[in-house]
Amino acid sequence: MVEFRMPSLGADMEAGTLVEWLIKPGDVVKRGQVVAVVETQKGAIEIETFQAGRIDKVLVDLHSKVPVGTPLALILAEGEEKLAVAAAAVPPPAVIAPPAAPPLERPRIAPAPPLSPVRPRVAPGTQVSPAARRLAQERGIDLSTVTGSGRDGAITYADVERRAAEVMAPAVPVAPAERKRAPTLDLGAMRVAIAAAMARSKREIPHYYLEHQVEVTACERWLAEKNATLPPEGRLLFGALPIKAVALAIRRFPAFNGFYRDNKFAPSPAVHVGVAISIRGGGLAAPALHDVDQLPLDELMRQMRDLIQRTRAGRIRGSEMSDPTITVSSLGERGVETLYGIIYPPQVAIIGIGKAVVRPWVIDGAIGPRSVITMTLSGDHRVTDGHAGALFLAEIGKLLQEPEKL
Amino acid sequence: MKQEPIKTEAIEITYREAVREALRDAIKRDERVFLMGEDVGRYGGCYAVSHGLLAQFGPERIRDTPLSESGFTGAGIGAAMAGMRPIVEVMTVNFSLLALDQILNTAATLRHMSGNQFGVPLVIRMATGAGRQLAAQHSHSLEGWYAHVPGITVLAPATLEDARGMLWTALEDPDPVLIFENVMLYNMTGRLAADAGAVDIDKAAVRRPGRDISLITYGGSLWKTLEAATTLAGDGIEAEVIDLRSLRPLDDATIMASVAKTRHAIIVDEGWRTGSLAAEVGMRIVEQAFWSLDAPLGRVCSEEVPIPYPRHLENAAIPQATKIVAATKAALDRA
Repeated sequence: MVEFRMPSLGADMEAGTLVEWLIKPGDVVKRGQVVAVVETQKGAIEIETFQAGRIDKVLVDLHSKVPVGTPLALILAEGEEKLAVAAAAVPPPAVIAPPAAPPLERPRIAPAPPLSPVRPRVAPGTQVSPAARRLAQERGIDLSTVTGSGRDGAITYADVERRAAEVMAPAVPVAPAERKRAPTLDLGAMRVAIAAAMARSKREIPHYYLEHQVEVTACERWLAEKNATLPPEGRLLFGALPIKAVALAIRRFPAFNGFYRDNKFAPSPAVHVGVAISIRGGGLAAPALHDVDQLPLDELMRQMRDLIQRTRAGRIRGSEMSDPTITVSSLGERGVETLYGIIYPPQVAIIGIGKAVVRPWVIDGAIGPRSVITMTLSGDHRVTDGHAGALFLAEIGKLLQEPEKL
Repeated sequence: MKQEPIKTEAIEITYREAVREALRDAIKRDERVFLMGEDVGRYGGCYAVSHGLLAQFGPERIRDTPLSESGFTGAGIGAAMAGMRPIVEVMTVNFSLLALDQILNTAATLRHMSGNQFGVPLVIRMATGAGRQLAAQHSHSLEGWYAHVPGITVLAPATLEDARGMLWTALEDPDPVLIFENVMLYNMTGRLAADAGAVDIDKAAVRRPGRDISLITYGGSLWKTLEAATTLAGDGIEAEVIDLRSLRPLDDATIMASVAKTRHAIIVDEGWRTGSLAAEVGMRIVEQAFWSLDAPLGRVCSEEVPIPYPRHLENAAIPQATKIVAATKAALDRA
């Protein structure tokens, strides 16, 4: 059994309309015999069969339009007997439809940033650059509070950065005459920004938490010796040591240092450690210390003092807010023993340092008093797993055993 | 392919001599390589690039052709298919239109049309660009048209290193490679390592780093753009200058990394503005880096006129450093 199909009568022919059958079932046809007339865009064309035999069945009704290649009739070759099943197996002719489009290569269109809970509200007609919009979403800045400096008042990246720094700037008591030029106090806006960032973090980031106890007697002893030789303003505080240790540990564990954006993690070649700094009146900011892995401890300490002072005085730079690649949060002497941080997006890890407490500790089979801190890691499970996190924490602990090498 | 790591002392050389050195090196290294084109032999090339090569290598390797771009480009395609590694020189891109059928319908399609049975390992070099007062039939920059065509690679060496190094890498490509040499660069003098060799042909290069705006360009416009960047630095604007080097394929990664950093971009292209390569680069930035943009993109292209003959009009018709500075300041609202 051979199918007699709608032929292609030109490279641009997609379908034809059957206007006349010149045969009927049972007729015997010869090779080259005209069997039907088909209407195409170029006119009516007689079509011939290349198969000799007996017409078994006509499959397409007159005046139906069918795509090229559609079986029009079945021809039994000479001597071939009709097979009942064969006829039944022939599918009905396809209704004409546009050819199915092949699956398209996905165009490489950059996806929009994920929505933040603080939707940028803008007055109708205000222009906001894409970069400014994204930054506002990341920092939870309400665009209606931003003054645009671009052409026709367009809000630019720098405008949002400036506003973010203002929002992070806390209260400073100032003389009335200076008040106008002083950084604006906006703890309310800061709270909105913290809410946006933390809610986004808890909504989007699957956190995992690890805890590790580290004996820091060596650190304390070394600090006491070192500080005895230094003037008061140059003395090192304990808080600088874990920050440096974290930065050094990152060299071996780069997957904790960088940004998770657009559904992928990009490790950062530089280590900028965000330091959580609480602000009187209920604010919190975690601006960056830059390139901490490269800083000697005394320089790290100097920059840390400067950063804390400026943050509390409201003179923090916008870039310092967006630069941190990992955060360290330390509650210090007056705090508690354990602190679990919430990751500041788009970062992927935060280290919590509890206060040092003297505990009974087993050293070489004997129990003795030792200073111990509890260190935690909140990690982004999209980027790292607990196993890597455990090794990372252990590495930080190990580095703290040799403070003179930090 | 990487730049040769060993550097001997640098030598003073022109862009023209760097291209000639590349030709000489290729002809010596591979006996299948030969150069053919109008006046490349006895006349030494219309821009004197092949001067002296006929005497050195003889008429088998340096072949003068009749004035028939379609004919000798087709002969080059045939020779390449048959196993040779021809370098076809076309005097200017304007004349290459006579060979467009050979380049587009034959060279660029044969691997596809033959079901991968045949490739065309052919290199076509041609001069492009305005600035020599050669008027509207010898001065256009049509490389952007060729960058439209799948099946070929389009290169624009702007530096001495690339003039010296791109040819050999192009000859190693199993498919056709077009190399566009801007006419204003031939006399450019500079220092080049005496042992300079082959370079990669698929990466853009950051020729000057900067944080405020990305100036994306290629070929003859690179030097105007670098001049503009120096001027801008005086006004406190740090422009990053990207040399595309390869116009097809485009190195999107380098472009997007720069724009993600600077959040602003201007594309400088000696082609006409409408339907230009600059338009393609700009559209890719919008597709891939939209959320990084802080201002509308800008373009500095040629005016939409046939390139004029009088010098002052010719200069006014094509990108210049002053136009690039003005466009940059406008994009940064620093006008």
